[in-house]
Amino acid sequence: MSKTMNDNRLHGDPGIADTAGQDGRGLSLEMPKQRDRAVTIFEKSKAGRRAFVAPELDVDAQPLDDLIPARMRRTEPPRLPEISEPEINRHYKRLSTRNFDLDEGFYPLGSCTMKHNPKLHERIAALPGNARLHPAQAPERAQGALELMYELQVALGEVAGLPHVSLQPSAGSHGELAGVLLTRAYHEDRGDHRTKVLTPDTAHGTNPATVTMAGYEVVKVGTDPDGGVDLEDLRAKADDQVACLMLTNPSTLGLFDRNIEEIASIVHGVGATLYYDGANLNAVMGISRPGDMGFDIVHYNLHKTFTQPHGGGGPGAGPIAVSDRIEPYLPRPQVVQGDDGSFVLDYDRPKSIGRLRGFQGNYGVFVRSYAYILSLGGDGLREASETAVLNANYLLARLREAGVAEYLPVAYDRLCMHEFVLSGAPMKRELGLKTLDLAKRLLDFGFHPPTVYFPLLVDEALLVEPTETETKETLDAFADTIAEILREGEQDPEIARNAPYTTPVRRLDEAGAAKRPVLRQPL
Amino acid sequence: MSRYTSATDADRREMLDAIGVETIEDLFADIPAGVRLDRPLDIAAGLSEQDVYARMRRLASRNVSTEDEISFLGAGMYDHYVPALVDNLLSRSEFLTPYTPYQPEISQGSLQVMFEYQTAISEVTGLPVSNASVYEGPSAVAAAGYLARLHNKRGRFLVSRGLHPHALETLRTNAHGFGATVEELPLSDGVTDPDALAAAMGDDVAAVFLAQPNFLGAVEDLEALAPLARSTGALLIVAADPLTLGVLKPPGDFDVDICVGEGQTLGNRLDFGGPSFGFFAVQEHLVRKLPGRLVGETTDVDGRRGFVLTLQTREQHIRREKATSNICTAQALNALAGVIYLSWLGRHGITELAELMLQRTAYARAELAALEGVELLHEQPVVREFAVTLDASVDRVIERCAAEGVNPGYALGRDFDEHPDGLLVAITEQRSRADIDRLVSVLGAAVTAERTGVMA
Repeated sequence: MSKTMNDNRLHGDPGIADTAGQDGRGLSLEMPKQRDRAVTIFEKSKAGRRAFVAPELDVDAQPLDDLIPARMRRTEPPRLPEISEPEINRHYKRLSTRNFDLDEGFYPLGSCTMKHNPKLHERIAALPGNARLHPAQAPERAQGALELMYELQVALGEVAGLPHVSLQPSAGSHGELAGVLLTRAYHEDRGDHRTKVLTPDTAHGTNPATVTMAGYEVVKVGTDPDGGVDLEDLRAKADDQVACLMLTNPSTLGLFDRNIEEIASIVHGVGATLYYDGANLNAVMGISRPGDMGFDIVHYNLHKTFTQPHGGGGPGAGPIAVSDRIEPYLPRPQVVQGDDGSFVLDYDRPKSIGRLRGFQGNYGVFVRSYAYILSLGGDGLREASETAVLNANYLLARLREAGVAEYLPVAYDRLCMHEFVLSGAPMKRELGLKTLDLAKRLLDFGFHPPTVYFPLLVDEALLVEPTETETKETLDAFADTIAEILREGEQDPEIARNAPYTTPVRRLDEAGAAKRPVLRQPL
Repeated sequence: MSRYTSATDADRREMLDAIGVETIEDLFADIPAGVRLDRPLDIAAGLSEQDVYARMRRLASRNVSTEDEISFLGAGMYDHYVPALVDNLLSRSEFLTPYTPYQPEISQGSLQVMFEYQTAISEVTGLPVSNASVYEGPSAVAAAGYLARLHNKRGRFLVSRGLHPHALETLRTNAHGFGATVEELPLSDGVTDPDALAAAMGDDVAAVFLAQPNFLGAVEDLEALAPLARSTGALLIVAADPLTLGVLKPPGDFDVDICVGEGQTLGNRLDFGGPSFGFFAVQEHLVRKLPGRLVGETTDVDGRRGFVLTLQTREQHIRREKATSNICTAQALNALAGVIYLSWLGRHGITELAELMLQRTAYARAELAALEGVELLHEQPVVREFAVTLDASVDRVIERCAAEGVNPGYALGRDFDEHPDGLLVAITEQRSRADIDRLVSVLGAAVTAERTGVMA
């Protein structure tokens, strides 16, 4: 299992044989990765080539000038590639091999919940009744879709412990925006014009960014030595100008806030709402529910907890669930069940914040997440969370062993939930290796690195989330590899400092890219 | 054992021992008793894969898709042909299952795709810079409004009534939060009234929003409207339909500041409304206020060409409350479909496709207008979609047509009180002349039946 790459590093393409498989290492090193110069599809264009063949023009052609005045028409076609279908296919197939993906190996990216994406879901989403259903189809001719959405709403509401669900937001960040706009609507409807929203200093960057977009001022709340919300600081900042506290629980430190009941009481005591960032919901399904913790508004990340494939950065979906007092303001339309059992889109919601996007939301994502819930059932969801937490704690235990713990201590010395934070500060001090170097060296061993430099609170942070779908063997291999990279660092830190060696490109000049931005192919 | 996990009983024991606890329950000791769920979730027990498939298939079979009827529905999403090449490439796990390209060394595939996508959108819209996509069309319009607000700090939006009603409502929802007001500009014979625009302009206008073509299918005269919209320092934001830009002059030619739109028509399926993608292109001077991801070209330590996320100081994970948006990466897979599709159409294909739609739409429009009880709602040039007014209840006519296996279009009365019996008809390249002739026959019969009181 332990192999070093020292002998090969100077060659750039170490020809070390390794086998992708049981241990969760993705990259097979038998073949050096393709090291061609990147060529874009625009550079492969050649005048006269084509893929598209238009259907026959079966009506009498009229002069274009009679249909659209010349001054309104395009004079030069857009310089899209001129390329044949086989070449488009090969181009993108080859590009795909320059990606690392979840199906290839372990992907412990903290806060992202990189769990297995069941293949059944793709088959179901592609059924014509789903894939070719027009969003403006009359509800009576889209009953299957509306029933699916309704049932998903019910199931999500049960998981969150909040009864009213809107599926409309397109992503977690979009759900956050919905949540803060709902908060605004709730207060304004009571004639209460508040100005501030509290976010912990451990929060995802989307929280403060959302607050600004919704027209509020951000006020940061500190973290106590135990990793929870600093109650003194919260009490000091919670006043009648505070509209909301946005919280992630478990937090981005992977810790469940033991004071959650007290936090809820402080926040509700000043008349503010409590918002739950659902990025970490995968830790608590069937175990503890945000609604029962006192949250008024929750967003889910269907692409994290409910297996929508991440797609290299979308699509996702960020439904929200709310308490009774927030319900009147939910976006419209809402899927509701009529007295006759049929499903309709309800637009008649006079206090609604309105739409957040077109049509009914990312239905294709709902299909996959609903299939996942059907597959697991209530008990399976709980087991998924239990196993996610078991895996995280086991991996943490492995990384607390000698050889690792002295360089990468856990940031908060407690049991974790589904993820945990290590600090690379001692590694940097002792070995001169930054968290970034460790991350880059992991690439050579076929692992996706954890999230790095987040949360901001922890120096040289590594946020590790293994998820429930990984085996013990994979977790062991990852822990062994971390230990091995640190041993290697003790011997020769230059190896990691210059890593990676086996990837399609090596470290890239990001500063140069930002200084002289080239944002499209020059033609 | 839960589905999709692998821990055996022996694994669990070993793992718990290594952790130093007795039971899994012990791992949750931090959760106070008062917030523990003391019962199982009220969600039915899990099903086998084949049972899940059967159940989902039954649900899907209760939907009438565009394979089940001859559909002329459009109104923002369109039944265009999606080439098999798109399905095939998107199903590759290397594109389907990675996260956002945070580690560029192992994400060159996704990053180069975004770079190519940005190039293609720049070409189609005629604007120099495109981001790597946003959620979808209407929220892209709202995001453009937020950019304008950040840019000139003004508080009035002037919005053509020809903008998609979902975009208008989404803009209102967002603008209420960040403190801008939304005023509608009326249409005159189907297009934005330039006199009303001129009259409404002022130093306090943050942005003017137009749609090309507009929701009624009409091609707006951007040549006349653009100078008015930009006359007082406001940004001009155009929501464009990208496939029609195969034949229409691109917004960039009119010095539009921001061009956004719905990308579904570019290789994405209907999916009952999503996921698709929104595109977002701007002039150079707005680059540092763009929302979302942006990919730039660079080199690695060996001098090899590569691609990275760039200008990230705009973004939430760096700038937090000072970010230009809260959006993270969005719709990467759908944007991949977009750039594959645009490459498949190619430089000349996009024009050929647009011209085919133009000819068939002109045919359909003339044939429908010739029917008794059907009149054109406006006489403006159109590309893929047009509006008519029926001398009958549009809802009942749609019902009658549906019974004949034809979906004649979108009832405009849903959004436009002034057009209670308006019908919006879309003609994609998947609707042949035979389909159009069938529409004419079925719709004509339905209108006649309604007018003469024949029972359905």
